[in-house]
Amino acid sequence: MPTEATEMRTLGIDIGAGGTKAVILEDARTILAQVTVKTGTNLSDAAAAAEAAALSAAGLQRSDVAYVAATGYGRYQYPGRDIQITEITCHARGALFLFPATRCVLDIGAQSSRAIHCDERGRVRKFKMNDRCAAGAGRFLERVSRGLEVRLEEIGDLSVKATDPTPISSICAVIAESEVINHVTEGRKMEDILAGAHASIADRVIALLRQVGVEDEVTLTGGLSVNAGMVKALEARLGRRVNVSPDSGYAGAFGAALLGHRRLEKLRRAS
Amino acid sequence: MTHVAGVDVGSTATKAVLLDGNGKIVGTGICPTGANVVRAAERVFSEACKTAGVEEYDVAYVIGTGYGRYKVPFGHAQVTEISCHAKGANALFPATRTIVDIGGQDTKAIKVSPNGDVLDFCMNDKCAAGTGRFLEAAATVLDLGLDAIGDVSLRSTAPLKITNVCTVFVESEIVSHLAKGEKVEDILGGVHNAIAGRSVALLRRVGIEDEVTFTGGVSRNAGMVHALAARLNTRINVNPMSQFVGALGAAMFSLERVRHGTAPPIAEPKENAANAHGGH
Repeated sequence: MPTEATEMRTLGIDIGAGGTKAVILEDARTILAQVTVKTGTNLSDAAAAAEAAALSAAGLQRSDVAYVAATGYGRYQYPGRDIQITEITCHARGALFLFPATRCVLDIGAQSSRAIHCDERGRVRKFKMNDRCAAGAGRFLERVSRGLEVRLEEIGDLSVKATDPTPISSICAVIAESEVINHVTEGRKMEDILAGAHASIADRVIALLRQVGVEDEVTLTGGLSVNAGMVKALEARLGRRVNVSPDSGYAGAFGAALLGHRRLEKLRRAS
Repeated sequence: MTHVAGVDVGSTATKAVLLDGNGKIVGTGICPTGANVVRAAERVFSEACKTAGVEEYDVAYVIGTGYGRYKVPFGHAQVTEISCHAKGANALFPATRTIVDIGGQDTKAIKVSPNGDVLDFCMNDKCAAGTGRFLEAAATVLDLGLDAIGDVSLRSTAPLKITNVCTVFVESEIVSHLAKGEKVEDILGGVHNAIAGRSVALLRRVGIEDEVTFTGGVSRNAGMVHALAARLNTRINVNPMSQFVGALGAAMFSLERVRHGTAPPIAEPKENAANAHGGH
């Protein structure tokens, strides 16, 4: 039997509305690659680009990877997948990979946000999501940053500097964009307006979280997990610490790679 | 001769109407509201006076309406846009019983009496879906002027079904329709139908009765008039003054007050609690 068969590499790919993330795991443990590309309008092109970038980062060929599991809203659009798994399942599993004591997952992406309650093995017990409207998701902050003419990458750090947050009364992202322009003309500080915008999203996702039951530890995943202002707003309102790491944005892709690994083990045992 | 005015400060445009002592429209003004609401109100009032050849200080009474009505510094009183739209629509089309007002940032359905009094209303001002902003977003993504999209939508032979409600998400949906090679007119046909669908849902809550009058900035859009008429299966009253209906109603309230010598109380309508919000 060839020796490479003992090492099992799986690729997890999370095709989200904002970014497409790909990771390669070896034996469901070692991270060989993790890359992000912008999703854009063609979902299967984005997935193919992310897969190619991950393989190249790991110095591997497609044939070196035993199984590809796709998740995220574009999962059905990727012909290169062996299986597709819902993002709820993947985020729960991926959050436990990053923080083993996770019981609640808050996933805030570009176009949807989810609260997931899971057990000690990362199995989903209950979840709630909002994917009907941009309020409470990353697109809300995109609109606000556009209204304020600040780069999206800077808003989190700016918001942390707020001394007197300006409440944002509009829930709708489009109406909030006009509201923040009015706040600017009234002389409000940029950082105070931004802190208000982050608080608005925090309120909406925490409402989801309360519906599934808040329990320690809470892990933040999704594209907004890199935003320091978001973490601060969530912790202030929850009154507890939130797990976050630079890899939190990859939780869905990690979960897919891990669940792909388990699936492959089952298939091999069966054959 | 006595003159009176109404100034309607909307989220997108500010409008003014000047009436003479007989209630005849003698001047109008319009400009984008922008960030400086006070300046917009002053500008349209002065424009209306200029077109009529009337000095501003000769205008006896001014009523402000619209979301910025408290920021009309020369206004003698304020009246909600609901009451003003009812009053103004009644003046333009006396048989009006139902009003659909689609503005830049909100949509209202108003049921009115034969005298132009508000009987019931409900509105969506929580969410941009079904408002002018939704059309603006579509126009921006398609790289067309807001004034062009209505006519383009009328060329549609097979309007697409727009599945998203959220204005932000619709932008991505339009981009993917374009990527699939769908025709711009069919995308726009779908966009106009989507707004018509949401407006009609709002109208049903107050009850639809002929005649239906279309007011607000979006009433200038021929595609929207067509989509609403098709969905309601009835004629829709609309004319070039439709965008000024709120300001016209405010000016008529001004005239009543001047004629009475005192300020008769104007009952502020209450939104039917069971009807509140058109939200998501």
